[in-house]
Amino acid sequence: MKRQGIYLYKIVALFLFVIGIFFPFFIKDQYILRIINMSFIYIILSMSLNLITGVTGQFHLGHAAFYGVGAYTAALLSVKLHMSFLLSFIAGGIGAAFLGFLIGLPTIRLRDIYLTVTTLGFGEIVRLILLNWVSVTRGPMGIPGIPYPSLFGFKITSQIDFYYLIFFVLVLSVVVLFRITYSRYGDILRAIRENELAAKTLGINSTFYKVTAFVVGAFFAGLAGSLFAYFSAYISPDSFTFAESINILAMVVIGGLGSMPGAMLGAVILALAPEGFRFLAEYRMVVVGLLMLGVILWRNSGIIGEQAAIKFMNMKIGGK
Amino acid sequence: MLGQQLVNGLALGLTYSLTAIGFTLIFGVLGLINFAHGEVYMVGAFIAFTLVAFLHVNYFVAFLLAIAFSGLMGYFLELIAFRPLRNAIPEATLIATLGVSTFLKEFANIIWGPEVHTINTPFLSSSFAIGGIQISVIQIVILVVSVLLMWGLQIILYKTKTGYAIRAISQDMGASYLMGVNVDNTIAMTFVIGSALGGAAGVLMGTYYGAFYPTMGYMPGLKAFVAMVLGGLTSIPGAVLGGVILGISETLAGAYISAGVQDAISFLILIAILLFFPQGLSGKKRGV
Repeated sequence: MKRQGIYLYKIVALFLFVIGIFFPFFIKDQYILRIINMSFIYIILSMSLNLITGVTGQFHLGHAAFYGVGAYTAALLSVKLHMSFLLSFIAGGIGAAFLGFLIGLPTIRLRDIYLTVTTLGFGEIVRLILLNWVSVTRGPMGIPGIPYPSLFGFKITSQIDFYYLIFFVLVLSVVVLFRITYSRYGDILRAIRENELAAKTLGINSTFYKVTAFVVGAFFAGLAGSLFAYFSAYISPDSFTFAESINILAMVVIGGLGSMPGAMLGAVILALAPEGFRFLAEYRMVVVGLLMLGVILWRNSGIIGEQAAIKFMNMKIGGK
Repeated sequence: MLGQQLVNGLALGLTYSLTAIGFTLIFGVLGLINFAHGEVYMVGAFIAFTLVAFLHVNYFVAFLLAIAFSGLMGYFLELIAFRPLRNAIPEATLIATLGVSTFLKEFANIIWGPEVHTINTPFLSSSFAIGGIQISVIQIVILVVSVLLMWGLQIILYKTKTGYAIRAISQDMGASYLMGVNVDNTIAMTFVIGSALGGAAGVLMGTYYGAFYPTMGYMPGLKAFVAMVLGGLTSIPGAVLGGVILGISETLAGAYISAGVQDAISFLILIAILLFFPQGLSGKKRGV
């Protein structure tokens, strides 16, 4: 029997979408728009890590590597080869996805903390390559002068232009990752996380799913990296450190490991907190540290835990 | 040249070992990673720095006080970030320690400032030559202190009641609890011991490189984590071996290849070893 009524999450999503569309009509402050743009990029990053670490349970400490490879691929293609925005933007995602495939492969052999430390090692190696391969990446000097993206004749220059570009990519990522996370594919990923042996017994090719989760997650992190490269017009290895991986992981865990709405909320909180506490001057990051500790002590499984998120997905208005 | 690099590598490696032991003890008992360990290392170093530079305390007295303070920090770290989350998902503890780590790093930034501090210890930095190899007094101190601390740790683990309890918990926490082991106190003790060793490593490294700064615990923390995994997670001799291997291979890579690959080499070794030994070098099932 089919239940009537409208899913609550669809209403919430529509509401947020409308706010997102009209936001720059009311807030025109460049500084605020810049922070919002950055927090959108972080939402993409934290959602993509959530797919790998939250949903598939592969504890990954090298997400900044995907982010960085995406950024460097896009930046190098557009600065050195003068490729168009759209091509280098997508190439950033594909470059990161290839790295995701490489990092995903050891999951065949390595489990738990051994896998974790391998992803950490990969992440550091990628950063050190960016730092030391001076002839291509210019090393610590970074890549300046990344041109403004132009799309179908429009040149994207102002914060508001960037806002809509990033917002569009964000909405696209949310839709795609949502369809992936809450689908049969997502259920299989969760089954592997809960009990890989049992999943295999049921005929699931767990290697295929684990590696593809890495590839998809890396692809979106790479897109976020491309956006970041164009948005900030300058990139250097300093932006893609282990601390950044940890920062993204903190967003996922604080929001709720395995929960997509959680990952989005966590990203917004941790991206805005350092700006929001700016009045505290040098005490600001001290407070951010305490905030992380406090949130996790208050809600162990994140603000919107995985179960809360699934319950929310099934909530309906009207009908029975 | 080679002998010189081996000596330098051994000194570096032993401090990695000391830091890695702290990780290993905590992992052995709780199965969790303590991301604030590098910051305990940093605070320990800064305590010694403050005592020596501002209060003109004798270096070795300052060293002992810094170890004691680090141990105390370990106790409170367990109380704040581990005990309330013992039944939560492991990731929760990880983020809690990360919060503590951010807090300590930024707090040190406010107290001591972001610049690099140094202490003047003419005796410790003086060196002598044996067969063409320059050995500084601080390298001897690192060797002696590390060996003493590791020996002391073995005595604690194998000859005292606390040590028995730690080893029992690392094998089976539930069963130890049923046998009357005071689990809470023993876990707290594990943190005290592990953090004290981490603090000791911090003081030694700060003196060795003549550099004390708020982010000094970051890379050694990461390297010690790698050393722990290399050593098979819960084996203390394994962690010591892992630390020494890392220290020596890094120094050799820095001297013979280039300074750029120095940090990358430890991660390359890690990945190479894990691909062939997915359980670490001396991996066994469980138990400290």
